[in-house]
Amino acid sequence: MAFLELVNLTVAYGKNPPVLKGLNLSVEKGEFVSLLGPSGCGKTTTLRIIAGFLKPIEGRVILNGKDHTNVPPHKRNIGVVFQNYALFPHMDVFENVAFGLRMRKISKAQIEKKVKRALDMVGLSGFENRFPSELSGGQQQRVAIARAIVIEPDLLLMDEPLSNLDANLRAEMRGEIKQLQQNLKITTVYVTHDQSEAIAMSNRIVVMRDGRIEQIGTAQDIFLNPRTSFVASFMGFQWLTSGAVESIEGNFVRVSCGEKVLTARATSEAKIKDRVSLFARPKKMRIVQEEMSNSFEVKLVSVLYQGETSLFIFKLGEKQLSVELDSSVELSGKSKLFVHVPAEDLLAVKEER
Amino acid sequence: MTVALFVALSIMLGPFLIIFFASFEPSSTLRFPPTGFTLDWFRKVMGMSMFQKSLVLSLRIALMASLLSLLLGVPAAYALSRYSFKGKRTIEIIVTSPLIIPGMVAGLALLRFFVLMQVFPIETTLLIGHTAVVLPYAVRSVLSSLVNLPVAIEEAAQSLGAHPLRCFFLVVLPNIKVGIISAFIMAFITSFNNVPISLFLSGPGVNTLPIVMMTYMEYYYNPSIAALSTLLIGLTLAIVLVAQKLLGVSKLV
Repeated sequence: MAFLELVNLTVAYGKNPPVLKGLNLSVEKGEFVSLLGPSGCGKTTTLRIIAGFLKPIEGRVILNGKDHTNVPPHKRNIGVVFQNYALFPHMDVFENVAFGLRMRKISKAQIEKKVKRALDMVGLSGFENRFPSELSGGQQQRVAIARAIVIEPDLLLMDEPLSNLDANLRAEMRGEIKQLQQNLKITTVYVTHDQSEAIAMSNRIVVMRDGRIEQIGTAQDIFLNPRTSFVASFMGFQWLTSGAVESIEGNFVRVSCGEKVLTARATSEAKIKDRVSLFARPKKMRIVQEEMSNSFEVKLVSVLYQGETSLFIFKLGEKQLSVELDSSVELSGKSKLFVHVPAEDLLAVKEER
Repeated sequence: MTVALFVALSIMLGPFLIIFFASFEPSSTLRFPPTGFTLDWFRKVMGMSMFQKSLVLSLRIALMASLLSLLLGVPAAYALSRYSFKGKRTIEIIVTSPLIIPGMVAGLALLRFFVLMQVFPIETTLLIGHTAVVLPYAVRSVLSSLVNLPVAIEEAAQSLGAHPLRCFFLVVLPNIKVGIISAFIMAFITSFNNVPISLFLSGPGVNTLPIVMMTYMEYYYNPSIAALSTLLIGLTLAIVLVAQKLLGVSKLV
């Protein structure tokens, strides 16, 4: 049995439709698992169930072999890091970090030693006597992390801990959190709506949608082989067109879309005559002047300069399509342009129902 | 803007200034502007045993009613801010609106059921009445403090091993201190100044200060009441100022 088991979790508020619908998930000891999805997909609800802040109407939470479903939060040994830090405003940094240890009736000398070590780990030695209001957002989040890990929890839960920080700091903290997690070998469940964050940090990613798990896999697996249209769009793929599977050759399928037949890589088991959507990533498309295999005629709409690369916005039929190309590329809106996607980078995703 | 401010200020401060100056009037009728200066009326009211006795009673009732309203109001506000339950909205309106029932009616009801039927002694009944009047102020003030305190802070404390009750005393209470103190001051002043409830519930030998002042004025129309009022306003101001100084509370209520 895995270290953390969520069995058939169902959660509903009042008479509203359930926010979690029979969710099952296993997390191994020492693993870093991200729950990824748009707001309202149930990722935070799942985290709150694990922490014990919420009770499911059905299902069980099993941690370390013990049923925790009805254990109140203060009796679970779980560290939680919140989006808005949730530091105790009336306590200084030392007292904030020491809080969990004081609840555990640990000797003064031990508390001092442990708090010092935890603050060391997050790079905040010397900040013991500051109050949360005197710290920057990044520093506050570091205190929150120190406060959660100092109790040596069985499990660390993080609820979008970086979303209130600015972009540079976010990238820096990503690395730090990941290192800390690896050094302490602490089992971590991390909630985020930012796919790049999930990819950078996680051993496994759980993509959620409408209270259900859409796909579970390693970062590479989710990034390269999204199995549903939802996961594909969420991971930054763009929908190009749809069609029916004509023939199958190993991982590749021939898809007929109107008068065109395209070759694409199937990420899920597809049968002949199945309806599939074709997706590609902005960086994996090329612009060519003449029609060729796997190409679509497009009209240039605008160009967004991004520094090293530019985002070329095209019109493909009624839809907008962005293609990321080197900034040195110059295109004229007057000549005929085609977008070409290599078969390896054109994904065929089975349509639902 | 300036005119509006001036009008507002004169409406608010005018009566106070008139009373203030009238309390130094040497002749024995209440008049404004005063014709001279004397502190005799202050000396006189401070020496009168009816005022002394009723002041002590008023202070005692105000203190007890404020404490009692906090004892009931803090848990009530906590429940309203943290839990959802059936009829919550209605209960919230009832406990946060300063007395939907007119004070007179409440006073009469309390008189009918507690005093005339001798369920409780008069002072206890007064305390019950005053607590009912000041409770909404307590709930309202504590509630707004609680609404501004993120629930995540309590969840953090609990995830760190604090029992909900311990979490309340170690984390919630210190962070709603300002709300509790302002609730106490509002409740104290409201109870201290209350007339309608006290009017019905005063009995032989048990009279609050405002009631004694009203009764006194029916017989004597001299500056002693003005002097007493000046003293009371001074006392109230002192309480508020001390609270602000001690607690750095810039926005009371």
